[in-house]
Amino acid sequence: MPNRPQPMFPEHDTQAFWDAAKTSQLTYQVCKDCSTVVFSPRAHCTDCGSENLDRRVSKGAGTVYTYSVVRQNRVPAFAEMGAYAVAYVDLDEGFRMLTNIVGVGDPTKDVHIGQRVQVEFEAQDSGEYPIPVFRPV
Amino acid sequence: MNQARNAAIVGLYEWPKRVDPDVSAMEIKALSIHRALEDAGLKWSDVDGLYDANDGEGGGGLGLAPYLGLHPRVIDTTSVGGTSYEFQVAHALRDIAAGRVNVAVLSYGSKAASQRIPIGTGGPRGAGNWQANMENPYGSTLISNYAMVAMRHMHEYGTKSEQLAEIAVTTRAHAMRNPQAVQAMQDLQFMNIREITVADVMESRVIADPLHLLECCMVSDGGGALVLASPEIARGTKKKPVWVIGSGEAIQYKRNGGDITTSAAAQSGPRAFAEAGVAPSEIDIAMIYDSFTITVAVMLEDLGFCKKGEVGDFVTGQNLRWDRPGLTLNTDGGGLSSNHPGMRGLFLLLEATRQLRGESTSQVAGAKLAVAHGNGGMLGSTHAGGTVILAAD
Ligand SMILES: [Zn+2]
Repeated sequence: MPNRPQPMFPEHDTQAFWDAAKTSQLTYQVCKDCSTVVFSPRAHCTDCGSENLDRRVSKGAGTVYTYSVVRQNRVPAFAEMGAYAVAYVDLDEGFRMLTNIVGVGDPTKDVHIGQRVQVEFEAQDSGEYPIPVFRPV
Repeated sequence: MNQARNAAIVGLYEWPKRVDPDVSAMEIKALSIHRALEDAGLKWSDVDGLYDANDGEGGGGLGLAPYLGLHPRVIDTTSVGGTSYEFQVAHALRDIAAGRVNVAVLSYGSKAASQRIPIGTGGPRGAGNWQANMENPYGSTLISNYAMVAMRHMHEYGTKSEQLAEIAVTTRAHAMRNPQAVQAMQDLQFMNIREITVADVMESRVIADPLHLLECCMVSDGGGALVLASPEIARGTKKKPVWVIGSGEAIQYKRNGGDITTSAAAQSGPRAFAEAGVAPSEIDIAMIYDSFTITVAVMLEDLGFCKKGEVGDFVTGQNLRWDRPGLTLNTDGGGLSSNHPGMRGLFLLLEATRQLRGESTSQVAGAKLAVAHGNGGMLGSTHAGGTVILAAD
């Protein structure tokens, strides 16, 4: 199994996001006062400052906004992956997240801006939190 | 033109060696301050404003003032990554204009090469905070962060790698005229220390698609210092003052639905030009943070030197070389080919000042106006942009 760096706790803003990941749920927040979509997770609305946020479960479908293929990373867990694609994915619910695009033959050829992708939760040797990554559909 | 003369750069020093096992980062800072004060004809005890980026051994003003042996009246520890120095010049201008400071010093010291700090391809930064917990699992290196900007720029505007490569070709041409930059490339064991071509850049290996090795800055030791002073003091210093006529600060970051190809410079640039009362078309020298080719490309657009999406054509044909008419870019050789110890913002100000004094190794005849624009943090996510506009006396 992959051996990626795990999120580290205690950390209040991101705890609920990662707890949800354990049950294969990708969560985001929406402001109850102004309807702004908030991501990365935090305790306030970035548009109006409201503390009144609703946590929702995403369908996990999105579009690659941009990406790069990392050819060199000195961290052992990534060095052993070979070339891999990092990306910003725009989820259909309106939030953008940093992630990896997996399940492609050659990431330098098989990942594209505008590509439709779906979340999956990758179990880890390195700890209890599976990591949400995306695969082309 | 507005061009208020409220504060001037009166002294500078750039640490000449890019691999230097014989000094500490703190020594680089202190000795550079001493030599920059000598350059100005000012004394150690004249310093009453200290600006520090939390570099050296850390501690900010609290660490540096005791080391230097000073009791400044203003202590500013603005630390926004590589553009800390443009922010600090903005603050020094404000403090001098308000009469709180007469002689301000900025300094930088780093042993990034000697300590083999893997800045571009290193591991996760920080641990257990709101950003790190969402980023560290994905292995996005600093270089891939910038590369994602390049990929989107190419997608939206048709920009080509060959066009970005032109920027690296220009800065290398300037580096070959700068003996300290040539020495740097020798000490850092660069291959093929000579002027390079677009083909050379394209044939260098890809580090993170679409960025090639020769589109990435070096990791060096280095540092330096800058002295600013009030108009009253600037009139009596050794060299002609170089006036700070405008400044702008901004932060940009990843936003849902945001445009990654537009940087903080799109906010800081207009603020600085408005304060200076000059237009981008009047600028002779652009010292723009070249951590990577894409950094320069995006900032040339955001500062208004060309329209968004048109930088590919703007840089094609080596138009920004020192010996061509019009705007001239990064005449010291830049971070790509002269020095990059981690936070290059100070060197932008040093070389812009040298140009307006007539002291550059790629001197543009009659240079009157320069812009120094720094970038701190990560262009593809959270970053700071600091713009400073300088005028010859
Ligand atoms: Zn709100």
